[in-house]
Amino acid sequence: MDENLAAIWLTLRLAATVTLVLLLVGTPIAWWLARTRVWFKGAIAAIVALPLVLPPTVLGFYLLLTMGPNGPIGALTQSLGIGLLPFTFWGLVIASCFYSLPFVVQPLQNAFEAIGERPFEVAATLRAGPWDRFASVALPLAKPGFITAAILGFAHTVGEFGVVLMIGGNIPGVTRVVSVQLYDHVEALDYGQAHWLSGALLLFSFVVLFSLYTFNRRASSSVGPRV
Amino acid sequence: MARDTGVPIGAQFTHCYDEFVLDVNLALPAKGVTVLYGQSGSGKTTLLRCLAGLMHAPGGTLSIGGDQWQGDEVFVPTHKRPIGYVFQEPSLFEHLTVEGNLSYAQKRVDLADSSRSVLSSKEVIELLGIENLLQRKPNQLSGGEKQRVAIARALFSQPELLLMDEPLASLDTQRKREILPYLEKLRHELEIPIIYVTHSIDELSRLADWVVVLDKGRVVADGSLADVLTALDSPLQLDDAGVVLETTILAREAQWALMRVGFSGGELLLADNGRAEGETLRVRVDARDVSLTLSQHTDTSILNALPATVIEISACLSQGAVLVKLCLDHQSTAAFDESKVMDEQSKASRGSSGMLLSRITRRSADYLELAVGSQVWAQIKSVAVLR
Repeated sequence: MDENLAAIWLTLRLAATVTLVLLLVGTPIAWWLARTRVWFKGAIAAIVALPLVLPPTVLGFYLLLTMGPNGPIGALTQSLGIGLLPFTFWGLVIASCFYSLPFVVQPLQNAFEAIGERPFEVAATLRAGPWDRFASVALPLAKPGFITAAILGFAHTVGEFGVVLMIGGNIPGVTRVVSVQLYDHVEALDYGQAHWLSGALLLFSFVVLFSLYTFNRRASSSVGPRV
Repeated sequence: MARDTGVPIGAQFTHCYDEFVLDVNLALPAKGVTVLYGQSGSGKTTLLRCLAGLMHAPGGTLSIGGDQWQGDEVFVPTHKRPIGYVFQEPSLFEHLTVEGNLSYAQKRVDLADSSRSVLSSKEVIELLGIENLLQRKPNQLSGGEKQRVAIARALFSQPELLLMDEPLASLDTQRKREILPYLEKLRHELEIPIIYVTHSIDELSRLADWVVVLDKGRVVADGSLADVLTALDSPLQLDDAGVVLETTILAREAQWALMRVGFSGGELLLADNGRAEGETLRVRVDARDVSLTLSQHTDTSILNALPATVIEISACLSQGAVLVKLCLDHQSTAAFDESKVMDEQSKASRGSSGMLLSRITRRSADYLELAVGSQVWAQIKSVAVLR
């Protein structure tokens, strides 16, 4: 049971860290994708969306290579004295960030695009400079997008399995997250524990999605035009 | 084109956007309302966006009150231009209350240094009648209320130039009637120049001091309201020929429910609208409501007949009609206090406010043997009070 709790705690810590990092990294990416008209926008959008279709093991495999002792990131981290990232908590964070990126960037991008050009023009005529316009217009108007992005990023990280197994392995308290723990229980034919964890994940996922849909309905009805 | 106050606004833009070419070179008065008039696609909104810096036409120049906003190596971004801009749709920030929308503008002006104040916040709120709306969210307002808040918000940013892009176009007739009086008050209260885009001859007649008529990205007429309205070759003449007169209420004739108003071309009798003596009225006389006689008729039901001299006759219009431009012979009487009518804003129209246009058939013109210099009586069938 302690192992289960340790796995749950680790999972929550991982998901929270990844969500935070992704909101920081994903916001400028989403903003750029929503506003730019450069020709290679499509390529960048495709790269961001890749994890949606790629088997997690493929992603994990390449990440393992790049972060490993012979990969460019591995060489970098070693020269910085950090050591190697695979099979560490931060290795998991980085891998999960790639894996969950589209789930954060796409809702944000949609939210930014839905604002349109006009509110920014209005803000400019009211003396708001570019950063001011982003903070005072884009962020508040895209708030529903931020909430959706945070919930999806968090939930999706909680549910990952393939990438974790490739990058993190199965080290108790370090990389053994709930989904891996569950796999262990089933392998060991310990169905009681497996039921307990599966039930918890099922309930968690339902609560997350339920609150998301409830929120979205409320948000859209309060923002929608009424003349 | 002498102007009374301030340095004029100089704007020169030549630029292509896709198929559309904007090619203008204008000097606009630094005071009063300049109306950019034209059909949709004539480039008036594009010109306004260039003035605001929302659109960058490379190679253009723009100077306002001696400040260069655009030049060879200068392009002041929109947020550094002291303008107020009212968009066609109200475009309020949906996430803020009315008060939040207003203080959004106010806060950012306090940061920048504003040397002068157009109107105090209290005055603006009163002027636009939005006291009771402050705590509401934009989605709880009607279209007309939203547009009034948007105008107030533009004024809260203490502009030195107010740009308005068809602020009434998205509203129905009822709402237009609701807002026009506010715009007229604004025109009266504000010291700053207003550039107002419209395709409505009614809004033009009511608000303009100066008119720029645009067609396909080019300026086809440019001058004081009276000059543009009485120019026989003006593109306005095709459908809506007429003149606008600035008059002062001189006296009432209570037993007839009429009032006598004076203007630089004479006096008119109008239906009494209850306004006080000495107040100014802007009235419009349509060319089709003016008929001509060679002698003074006394046995007629027509109230207003003024002696005039023909100064120009247009080439044939459609349907066998011609436009006759008349100079009214009347000289200002002592009782008529010219200085009252000639307030600052209408000085520009001094030169031609004693003009009338008459639309008559070519047959009548021939029959009366009208020619430049003919002495006639202009019979005015109806006068519309604009404000």
